[in-house]
Amino acid sequence: MPPKITFQDVVENKRERRRLWLGLLFVSPWLLGFLLFGIYPLVISFYYSLTRYDLIQSPVFIGFDNYIRTFTRDPRFWTVMFNTAYYVFLSVPLSTITAFLIANLLNTKTAGRSIFRGIIYIPSIVPAVCTAMIWLFLLNIQYGAINGILQALGLRAIPFLSDPNLSKPTLILIAAWACGGSVVIFLASLQDVPRTLYEAAIVDGANAVQRFFNVTVPMTSPVILFNLIMGFIGAWQEFTLPWLLTGGGPAASTEFFALHLYRNAFQNLRMGNASALAWILFIIIIIFTVVLFRTSARWVYYGGGDR
Amino acid sequence: MTTTSQALNPSGELMLLTRRYRTTRTITSVLKYFVLIVLSLSFLFPLYWMVATALKDDPQVYTLPPILIPSPAHWENFIKGWTFRYNFTQFAINSIFRYGIPVTLFTVVSSVISAYGFSRLRWWGRDFLFILCMGTMMLPWQVTMVPLFITYKKLGWLNSYLPLVVPSLFGAPYFIFLLRQFFMGLPEELSDAARIDGASELDILVRIILPLSVPAMAVVALFRFLGAWNDYLGPLIYANREDLFTLAVGLHRLNIAATSMGTTGNAQPYLMAVSTMVTLPVILLFFFAQRTFIEGISMTGLKG
Repeated sequence: MPPKITFQDVVENKRERRRLWLGLLFVSPWLLGFLLFGIYPLVISFYYSLTRYDLIQSPVFIGFDNYIRTFTRDPRFWTVMFNTAYYVFLSVPLSTITAFLIANLLNTKTAGRSIFRGIIYIPSIVPAVCTAMIWLFLLNIQYGAINGILQALGLRAIPFLSDPNLSKPTLILIAAWACGGSVVIFLASLQDVPRTLYEAAIVDGANAVQRFFNVTVPMTSPVILFNLIMGFIGAWQEFTLPWLLTGGGPAASTEFFALHLYRNAFQNLRMGNASALAWILFIIIIIFTVVLFRTSARWVYYGGGDR
Repeated sequence: MTTTSQALNPSGELMLLTRRYRTTRTITSVLKYFVLIVLSLSFLFPLYWMVATALKDDPQVYTLPPILIPSPAHWENFIKGWTFRYNFTQFAINSIFRYGIPVTLFTVVSSVISAYGFSRLRWWGRDFLFILCMGTMMLPWQVTMVPLFITYKKLGWLNSYLPLVVPSLFGAPYFIFLLRQFFMGLPEELSDAARIDGASELDILVRIILPLSVPAMAVVALFRFLGAWNDYLGPLIYANREDLFTLAVGLHRLNIAATSMGTTGNAQPYLMAVSTMVTLPVILLFFFAQRTFIEGISMTGLKG
């Protein structure tokens, strides 16, 4: 490991200064982008969140009114929070657990493993619009295939997307259909678990369930954490599927945070209020990620002290 | 009589191969394949149903119980659906040439250059900036959406592909991360030898690092192109005019049109035919680049 470069070196040493400039030159695409498409809109967005702004007249400063209004007078806000939290807390764990179990199944000696893996992976790369079209048609109450089969079996049709009590679970199941990406990630990490650990566990008399919980899960826990975090961040921002499948309905039962925000911005042209919502979402995601990281120390195992 | 031989079972288990053990193993194996096949069928069924519906006519679509195999198969639905309401050829051109290819090209170039600076050079502040770069992945798109929309509006960029393409000139954190991981795995001696010979850093990147990084760049190109192909929200906000629609936005418009037609005029088969045409390239891409897909997605998870 070469010695760490200190700020002192940069000030005193001409070569270190040149290296700094060269480094900055190479990362300049990202750095410029970070300033133009990251920092600048971030700051402006916070300013807008303190204004009333309809795109036509210039922004009017109103202090924290947008935030207060959102929490106290926006009739939709708490419904939207409930819907989004419902989706986040059920969808992400369900998809992750499903993907993890499928990956474990595929990690055994299986003929045609890459074919099964391919089949399970493909739905995750199908364009979201196509996913929405397919499921809208499959789940249609009158002529959808799934209700058609149910009715052929003499059962009653299920209003998957048109019953406020079923719409969120249905969305969660459709999201789980696209869990193939996580399956591939988990499978790759399962293949990295040293076999000697399993052999040692067997010598100690551990059965299959004990091996799963005491070897497999701890050894892949960093990857599980990574997937959970990315899943949670994505789920809080979920837009396309509910927008296309239900448009937020029925009875606002799938009106998620991102939909509410989009409507405020582009349908009601309340840019200030939309910015305040965006900042609320940002803060929720930061808190969520930090809490997940903090509590992860208890269940995530990093082998060999490489962190 | 008991046959005994030592064997390793799939999980590396050292076991006495007795008859009883063999029976249990057969049962588990049968059960496993049963579960896998049921899973695969249920993952495939929606896609199969899309294709099957695309080949039906209205009477076949609305028959109960549902018809599993279309007969006769109406292959002409693919052509009629493609043109009956919107000009999807134009949308495909938009998706590929105005959005997918430029964005992919720019993302690869700008991310490679940035990732090189974050991995193969040592300079003060590098790791701090890299953490910042990773941190931006937590930033929800909603936060920057409103100010960027207003900026693009002032620049007169609304209803064009500029707001979708220009940001890709500035690297994408996720791909910078992937490429950095890959670059750090290449031996440092390669660069050192070239530096002694007097090569500049740009020379080293182009002549030494790039030829070795084709697999990693393929991963970035593949995922970025797919991202553009599948993107719905971006074009919805910025390219929302009929001659600018991407396939994704056009398909949603077609759905609205089809819904208003109800169960007449082959609306559903046409919609499913176009859906199939939009999905098919993705699936073909997967078949031809399966290794790139699997390696790429494995790369993303492992070093989290």
